[in-house]
Amino acid sequence: MRKCSLDTINHVFAEIAAGSALYLPADGTDGKAVYTRWQEGVEWSRALNTVRSPKDFFFPQTENLMEFKTSGKNIEIIDTRDEGEDFVIFGVRACDVKSFDILDRVFLKEPIDSYYASKREHGIIISVACSRPSETCFCKTFGINPAEPAGDISVWQSENELFWQANTEKGEAVLNRLTSVTEEADDSAVVAEKEKIGKIMDKLPLAGLKTDAFGAGKTMDLFESPYWDSLSEACLGCGTCTFVCPTCQCYDIKDFDTGSGVVRFRCWDSCMYSDFTRMSAGQPRLTQRERFRQRFMHKLVYYPENNDGMFSCVGCGRCLAKCPISMNIVKVMKTIGGKEHE
Amino acid sequence: MQKITREQLIEKASALLADGTVKQVLGWAKGEFDYDITPAVFESAEELNANFVWSDFCGANFSKYLVSKTRKCDGKILVFLKPCDTYSFNQLLTEHRFDREKVYAVGIPCEGMADIAKIKEICADGIASIDCEGDALKVHTLYDDEPVCVPAADVLAERCVNCKSKKHVAYDELLGEEGEVLDSARFDEVAKLEAMTPDERFAFWQGELSRCIRCNACRNVCPACTCEKCVFDNPNSGVENKSPANSFEEKMFHIIRAFHVAGRCTDCGECSRVCPQHIPLHLLNRKFIKDIDNFYGEYQAGAEEGSRAPLVDYTTEDIEPGEVFDRRDTDA
Amino acid sequence: MQVNEYKPLIVAFCCNWCSYAGADLAGNNRLNYPAEVKIIRVPCSCRVNPMFVLRAFQRGADGVIICGCHPGDCHYTSGNYFTRRRMALLFSMLDYLGIEKERTRVEWVSAAEGAKFAATMNDFVEKVTALGENKRLEDLRCKK
Repeated sequence: MRKCSLDTINHVFAEIAAGSALYLPADGTDGKAVYTRWQEGVEWSRALNTVRSPKDFFFPQTENLMEFKTSGKNIEIIDTRDEGEDFVIFGVRACDVKSFDILDRVFLKEPIDSYYASKREHGIIISVACSRPSETCFCKTFGINPAEPAGDISVWQSENELFWQANTEKGEAVLNRLTSVTEEADDSAVVAEKEKIGKIMDKLPLAGLKTDAFGAGKTMDLFESPYWDSLSEACLGCGTCTFVCPTCQCYDIKDFDTGSGVVRFRCWDSCMYSDFTRMSAGQPRLTQRERFRQRFMHKLVYYPENNDGMFSCVGCGRCLAKCPISMNIVKVMKTIGGKEHE
Repeated sequence: MQKITREQLIEKASALLADGTVKQVLGWAKGEFDYDITPAVFESAEELNANFVWSDFCGANFSKYLVSKTRKCDGKILVFLKPCDTYSFNQLLTEHRFDREKVYAVGIPCEGMADIAKIKEICADGIASIDCEGDALKVHTLYDDEPVCVPAADVLAERCVNCKSKKHVAYDELLGEEGEVLDSARFDEVAKLEAMTPDERFAFWQGELSRCIRCNACRNVCPACTCEKCVFDNPNSGVENKSPANSFEEKMFHIIRAFHVAGRCTDCGECSRVCPQHIPLHLLNRKFIKDIDNFYGEYQAGAEEGSRAPLVDYTTEDIEPGEVFDRRDTDA
Repeated sequence: MQVNEYKPLIVAFCCNWCSYAGADLAGNNRLNYPAEVKIIRVPCSCRVNPMFVLRAFQRGADGVIICGCHPGDCHYTSGNYFTRRRMALLFSMLDYLGIEKERTRVEWVSAAEGAKFAATMNDFVEKVTALGENKRLEDLRCKK
């Protein structure tokens, strides 16, 4: 394990950035944290987490897949992919690290999504333990421990020091580059920090949230639950929850006519939208109730059904903080799951 | 601190439910925390007693919900309207978006709503509870820190800082005291932008709008956006876009949306309240309101039911489009 | 030299009853105006939706001009009065967003004003040429 002082953190960032592009949460013009490419002058945000999740790095909101050019009767297909270079993301929280596993199971299953796979290969993740979890956090419900974040390198923060631990070969390689700006350390401070985080986790208001009522095989029990009506009553049908969610992975592929050719791109889609999965016969989910149900059933029932019981929510709390009408997965779980599951 | 209490509202709603005047009540339902309040439909006194809340976090404007709820309910719906909500209510009535006969509107006074984002800026994350104590909010955190007392005035939502009116312009019944139309400083921010150079303005808006994630929350919450099918959702329109694939698309969406509600926007501020990226969308709408006031005479959408919106009206003496740039700064 | 080589793309929305006929007259009278002006005929200037203006910029226009009958002379009585209000607000908004105000214009050109049509277009093209390429309301995907 290596350590560095919080005061000299920018030296460490400079060292990492000298080798490959470094992204970290920094406060944007609106004062909210956003992943920013580090350069001299960029300060690591003190916010618990970013408004947008780091899934953007591997699965960007819009991504050009290919282009077509026509001349006469010929169509030329242009591959717009670039091979890409290694990049480092610093400051990813335990919940968001877990979200990459969830996305991997979708995109890296045959047929492998080569656009996603290539970015995933090039990305090096440095996670940071959460010293001050928020009231909206409920990662524990999904078996995530914010004191033990995964990733290529895990970092713990004490009062004024950071402790670095490599978990993979990729992480080891990065940490080896940092020998001049970090020093050897024992893990006593980290153990103390983990204990501190553990105590806070028990105090969180959502600490007792249970998943018993959900998971593989619950489709028939929950699909016609009478609660969907009241839960979806106020839903605006906007895409905020899906777009800030680190695990939402639905996308649409569209062609844009540029006047001289076509750009084929994919972009995030939202099950909350009226034209989601629209087919020739129209949208299969006619009302907002059905679209709303789709989102939560997908996260809590359908996805576990197809992925050995793994839920596709990581409890990051972004939808709790951002939903315009404050309806969210916690309220759904408590209502549908019944009082005994609180 | 609100002047009217939760109990008074529950009492009124329960009485109207009991005597059969209304079948449903549109109100605010409590959430997991003290600030995450969800609009909900209540059908009984028990439900009201269990879940109804009225606090400094009840910002949601119910007017737009009436469009869909009145179609579904076969009786009358009780709706609580804050002064600014009544303008949206009137505007929707003017546009014949719901059946007035199916609504029982109760006007309630409002002392301004708190913005949770502002509270979180002052007290770090980890809010355990928020108590209203007179003119202050006492915020308890999960950590063993001392509770933080913030004056309610410091964490008022932007639209409440620049509150345009405490007067209800529509209701069947009014609880509490009627207020006045206020002189607000709501156009100051617009004037400040107008005074900048085009380059500065461009940089400002480019920075703000580039954060847009096209979640459509602003559009979907807007009481003036009641098209059954929005042009941006119509795959056959040629402009449908689900994401800001290009910086042009962000601008197009926001310009067109603001233009489409120009003259109908009551400046209720819901768009800015719900934006997950904190884009000051009200500055677009207020620009149109300011220009309309300047060019065509003062007009407040929703102030009067049945009034003719400036963009479906004209005079033969109207300002020429080429002259707007000069006229803007001269008179206010 | 490069400045002279730059040729802007101008989209002119012309109402069927006055301005389009005005353009026709300009042609009949052999009056010159730049070939960069692409005319789109619309039934009335009030047919021009703000979206049309933005879409023109998206597709590569460097300037957009809307021509209609003189106020009071609209074939449909009042169409151009609505155009006047809409475009006044739209142009003011575009300016507010920092888009150069010289890129948009409304002119009233009657069927008898072929000379005015040509002069207007010459002037507009000159102004837009001086501004150069439209960078602030461009869609990079359409620039290839």
